[in-house]
Amino acid sequence: MATMTLVQAIHDALALEMERDPRVVLLGEDIGRNGGVFRATEGLWERFGPERVIDTPLAEAGIVGMAIGMSLNGLRPVAEIQFADFIFPAFEQIVSELAKFRYRSAGQFIAPVVIRTPSGGGIKGGHYHSQSPEAYFIHTAGLKVAMPSTPADAKGLLAAAMRDPDPVIFFEPKALYRTAKGEVPEGDFTVPLGKARTVRAGEDVSLITYGATVHVAEEAAALAQEEGIGVDLLDLRTLWPLDIEAVVRSVERTGRAVVLHEAPRTCGFGAELVALIQEKAFLHLKAPVARVTGFDTPFPYALEKLYIPDARRVLDAIRAAVSF
Amino acid sequence: MELPLLVALRDDGSVDPDLDPKFDAETLRLLFRKMVFLRALDEKALHLQRSGRIGFYIGAAGQEAAESGSGFALQPGDWLFPSYRDQGVALLHGYPLSALVAQLFGNSADATKGRQMPNHWCDRSARVVSVSSPVATQLPQSVGAAYAAKLRGEKNAFIAYFGDGGSSTGEFHVAMNFAGVFSTPNVFFCSNNQYAISVPVSKQTASGSIAAKAAAYGIQGVRVDGNDVLAVYRVTRDALERARAGCGSTLVEAITYRMGAHSTSDDPARYRSGEEVEAWRRKDPIARFAGHLRRLGLLDEAAEEAAAVEAREEIRRAVAACESAPPVPPESLVEDVYAEMPWHLSEQREWIRKTAGS
Repeated sequence: MATMTLVQAIHDALALEMERDPRVVLLGEDIGRNGGVFRATEGLWERFGPERVIDTPLAEAGIVGMAIGMSLNGLRPVAEIQFADFIFPAFEQIVSELAKFRYRSAGQFIAPVVIRTPSGGGIKGGHYHSQSPEAYFIHTAGLKVAMPSTPADAKGLLAAAMRDPDPVIFFEPKALYRTAKGEVPEGDFTVPLGKARTVRAGEDVSLITYGATVHVAEEAAALAQEEGIGVDLLDLRTLWPLDIEAVVRSVERTGRAVVLHEAPRTCGFGAELVALIQEKAFLHLKAPVARVTGFDTPFPYALEKLYIPDARRVLDAIRAAVSF
Repeated sequence: MELPLLVALRDDGSVDPDLDPKFDAETLRLLFRKMVFLRALDEKALHLQRSGRIGFYIGAAGQEAAESGSGFALQPGDWLFPSYRDQGVALLHGYPLSALVAQLFGNSADATKGRQMPNHWCDRSARVVSVSSPVATQLPQSVGAAYAAKLRGEKNAFIAYFGDGGSSTGEFHVAMNFAGVFSTPNVFFCSNNQYAISVPVSKQTASGSIAAKAAAYGIQGVRVDGNDVLAVYRVTRDALERARAGCGSTLVEAITYRMGAHSTSDDPARYRSGEEVEAWRRKDPIARFAGHLRRLGLLDEAAEEAAAVEAREEIRRAVAACESAPPVPPESLVEDVYAEMPWHLSEQREWIRKTAGS
């Protein structure tokens, strides 16, 4: 075990996979000599050369389009989109092409591309350096979507994504890049896609979240515990395909659920979670399933702290569920 | 900026010696038969659509020289990123007619399980990359595939097709720019057939020619008479050879004309005159090449007729072989979304089993 920040764990996974598999190439803006604006690829350009750590022209549709072509012809590309807010020029390549190659060719052409992109707020980045666009991609059949909350999961999930036969959109909560520190297994290490993690066990209410808000949830769960409320906290880790068994198992036990994310409320992933919970655990429910989310506004600059769910808001939802 | 229009088959019947590929008699006859075959395929497919046996078709009548001349220049290891109008190139690159026809029917004979509308070709073993409807998205993909080959030191070329409308997209710009920067072995073949559905090329660009845009990306640009099969072959062959030799990418603009509708859902009488169509009909690439072969004494009326009859018969047999295949099974709806079927699709498959009855 080594103690790493989340961004160091990402770097560790990239370096190990590049070492292990010569088909792996990285491409994106400023990822070469500069090592990425968050330094996730620091030193890799020097170590693996500019042919495998590729500084591209500034065009996200080109980065993803090129990555797709690379994957069709046998490489394992990892594309970095510098901020998730800038992924939209590549939306057509992701939605119309990347997600559909396997299906439209009936398995003849596959595009195992990983798209890494920092998402979420908390760095005073305003509209265009803070968004959480995961729902668009979960909505698109053919994509897998993951988002780690700890350094160990960041390493293990990214390595698993890079070995997966399907395209994976890998969101990295940028607020955690340097604030999340933890023990990370050294060397070869994967965390399987599609498996949630129980962060803490409790009997009174299920709290289901992913990414940066896992840490908000932990804080809220600790406060709830002081009031005698046991929180069963689930970190989804892979958003899609969802670990539905873990979700249902938890809610069947507690009978109450709060879903939490930073992304906007309307048609956010929380809406899908609520729908699934009521479909699959309706007779176990003792209270309406609550959502704690960002607001249905563009991501703000000055009012960032108000926008991002905090422990107090989560605690309020927990109390409401328990006292319903 | 104007680039010269390269022409091999001159009006006086002679061939420009600098562009003449110097095919032997048998190759010239074969090339002619390939062009005749495409015209026959078009006619048959339109008939199938009009009689309700297939749902849709995108024809390429008038573009046989651009399709056959360029397709003839491909080598087996090359990769083809076609658009939905490039059945001619796909067939020349090894896409079997039987597979193409089955794709039109979209039944259980279709190797792609009826997943897409007609004209959305795909054949992994022939390196014909799966076609989508969004225009020009294949261009940056062809750059990535070429990059992979270059990284491994392979000497294949990567040709991607698109139309004059496609040259207006962001993806066109991105692909040309990336190909220039990474010096990849790409050929971008623009079939400038004068119209993107109803909008004429004069409304797509004010730059004089599409090929001229290559200069801005640091790649080669060539403008060729797209109804001249020998010239198209020659410039495409040269561009592919440059790519394989590691000399970078080329943008080829073939000036041609879509004699028919954009698709079976389009009525071209709404946006262009009969006189214009007639003027281009007089430049029909098949008639033009036939005239050349007749002057060389390589073709007579009987041989010309025989080529058309043979083509129709081959297509008829291909249609007969797959038209009555059963429909795709309902459960295949949820296959191939992922490598392994996740729980939610397994649930949806169960619903299909219970309610859609297979």
